[in-house]
Amino acid sequence: MARNLGGLLALLFAVSICGAVTIPGPVSDAHRSAALELFDGSFSSLEEAYEALRVFEILTIGNKPDVSTTTCKKVVENLGSSSPVKDLFYALKVNDILKCKVNGDVFKDIALRLKATVNDASTLVEMYYSIGSLVLIKDQASDVDVLLTDADGSFHSIKALSQSDGRWRYSSNNPESSTYAAGLALEALAGVISLASSEIDQSRVNTVKNDILKLFDSIEKYDDGTFYFDEKFVGGREHQGSLSTTSSVVRGVTAFAAVTSGKINLPGDKILGLANFFLGIGIPGDAKDFFNQVESLALLENNKVSIPLVLSLPATVYSLSKKDQLKVRVNTVLGSAAPPLTVKLVQAFRSNAKDSAIESKELQYDQNNGIHFLEAFPDNVDVGTYVFVFEIALHDSAGEKVYATGGQIHVPIYVTGIIKVSNAEIAVLDSDLGSVETQKTLDLAGNDDVSLSANHLQKLRFSFQLTTPHGHAFKPHQAFFKLKHETKHEHIFVVGNTGRKFEIILDFLGLVEKFYYLSGRYDIELTVGDTVMENSFLRLLGEVDLDLPEAPEKAARLPPLPVDPYSRYGPKAEIAHLFRAPEKRPPQELSLTFLGLILLPFIGFLVGLLRLGVNLKNFPSSAVPATYAFLFHLGIAAVLLLYVLFWLKLDLFTTLKTVGFLGAFLLFVGHRILSHLASTSSKLKSA
Amino acid sequence: MAPRSSSKDAQDLFRALWSAYAATPTNLKIIDLYVIYAVFTAFIQFKPMFLFVNEQVVYMALVGSFPFNSFLSGVLSCVGTAVLAVCLRIQVNKENKEFKDLAPERAFADFVLCNLVLHLVIMNFLG
Repeated sequence: MARNLGGLLALLFAVSICGAVTIPGPVSDAHRSAALELFDGSFSSLEEAYEALRVFEILTIGNKPDVSTTTCKKVVENLGSSSPVKDLFYALKVNDILKCKVNGDVFKDIALRLKATVNDASTLVEMYYSIGSLVLIKDQASDVDVLLTDADGSFHSIKALSQSDGRWRYSSNNPESSTYAAGLALEALAGVISLASSEIDQSRVNTVKNDILKLFDSIEKYDDGTFYFDEKFVGGREHQGSLSTTSSVVRGVTAFAAVTSGKINLPGDKILGLANFFLGIGIPGDAKDFFNQVESLALLENNKVSIPLVLSLPATVYSLSKKDQLKVRVNTVLGSAAPPLTVKLVQAFRSNAKDSAIESKELQYDQNNGIHFLEAFPDNVDVGTYVFVFEIALHDSAGEKVYATGGQIHVPIYVTGIIKVSNAEIAVLDSDLGSVETQKTLDLAGNDDVSLSANHLQKLRFSFQLTTPHGHAFKPHQAFFKLKHETKHEHIFVVGNTGRKFEIILDFLGLVEKFYYLSGRYDIELTVGDTVMENSFLRLLGEVDLDLPEAPEKAARLPPLPVDPYSRYGPKAEIAHLFRAPEKRPPQELSLTFLGLILLPFIGFLVGLLRLGVNLKNFPSSAVPATYAFLFHLGIAAVLLLYVLFWLKLDLFTTLKTVGFLGAFLLFVGHRILSHLASTSSKLKSA
Repeated sequence: MAPRSSSKDAQDLFRALWSAYAATPTNLKIIDLYVIYAVFTAFIQFKPMFLFVNEQVVYMALVGSFPFNSFLSGVLSCVGTAVLAVCLRIQVNKENKEFKDLAPERAFADFVLCNLVLHLVIMNFLG
């Protein structure tokens, strides 16, 4: 029991620590193995194939499934035929990664077709796919003319769909505006700019930049500082979740920032918040979500707006007894090294108090492991839960504009240690005078056991002290004193504290009713536990023999013991069947004696037969009747033998069946022999 | 004197009975012997039962009628056999005019058949 509870405490401890980690680390190897599982090489469409290949490319997975031959075949098929623009788009995207062998003339044909589409397109999605395809052709076949002659017109027609709040409509006759569409539009506009034969008017570009800023005003925020975009309207097109909406915006903004000169003034904490949003998802189980997450992180990793740097801690639990070092890592979202920087511990304070334990300390940098660390915790950091505030300072001041570090970062930290338990004392007091009758000191770290006895006129006093490694008073989450009667009835008391001394006084006179007047032996158990206490314990202190008065008539009845919830699903008690006891039989000798006695009349019968002069002279002498006579007797013997077998082992059905055959046989031979005898005797008579 | 004369009378009576019986045919004597044998066997089987009833103190621990079906079947087989033998005797006896037309062989066949049926039942009941 004690071990179970200890395990439970440890579990609670672990859970509370796990729940405290709020800062997600950068993409790690866990993502790579998950990617290999999610994208197993069987793709139903080129879109899925592209997503898989792109994820493999970003995460630089070496031993990916080889799909190039089959996928390339699909790509060539799609490029050759007059397939929809969306298919063309994804075929080109796949080709961008796989570099399939595609005839240059094919690109020319497609480019002509796409240009026509751009001019005629009425919806944003058509525009997006055709412009995107043209951009891809530009990269893949440099000799093909893809430049838009009327880039201004295309730019204008896309911009015409924008709304005042920075969001876009899917088409001119659809009044609903969408954040997801804004992402598509921004990417399409970026495409138009890169495809333009003459430069786009800068003022137009600036209005789009303004739209982006407006779009970021509608960004949503979680309490932990992560930012994301969500779709407000439902209906029309298929509903997009916050992940795909956010990644669409990220795709659009980074693409637009890449093709325009000048900076888009987006606040760094929002970019970092977006990165934290994608990292905070963990590892998605859905292929589409996985692709969105990884691609957005890759785009954030080197975008022109600002590159988020992620501060992560390998552990948030530090043990004073093991002299753990505080370690901090700073990486980009995909886990590559950050530029030279210093991590500063601005402040560290207890989560329940505001006075800071550490003020403004710079962490040292370990070049080999890429870890910023604090040599040792200062003396005023004792066990407890803390909030550490970090700040990242880049060495290169120009870097401030390139990187988003997110200002002050709050991290919950658990500092654990071994709590010293001392001065444990248990005493029985006389109630009226308060004089000590028996007093015993206990070593709670050891295995001391006490054995006390008390009656209802006395009191039990138990006290101990808890001290932190730095000598301060410690107040644990749990300090329980438990009395458990032999009948499993238990009573739990909370041990209160004054300063560092924990004391509980049980006045048995006031407790007799609570104890249901149950005299007898009570086991004493003490539980002291806390998440930051490394030596949390539950131990048996000993026993006290209570002598309580007889229960009066009106006393409350003893309640039934609570049923152990585990036993409800355990095996049921075995059912003992009641059989009738076999009756006494006579001893074997007696039965055998009577068996012998039964033989006596038989002997008498035989003797009598001899005296009468019985003979077998009447037995037929000629061959045929003699055979019949012999068979007749044999038949009778067979039937009797069968009866014996029936008694010993056969069942009624087998016996009756056999009796049927034997009976027929017996009837036949019996009739023959008896009629023969009858005829001889009648002949004798007549003669 | 009276007892002696009465015992002499009894002796005379038995002697007369015996001489009269000696005249019966041998085959009937065989049947009689068989009947007596069956009855004695039945009696021996009864004996433990009676002892149980009469002298409980001595025999209670030793003998019961517990396998009551076995006890019954044992006794009934003897009694049944005896009854059937008596029936055979009646049919075979030439003095019985009622069965004059019945051949003794036919009577014997009936006897055998009835015995077989009786013992089938007995065995079934024996358990």
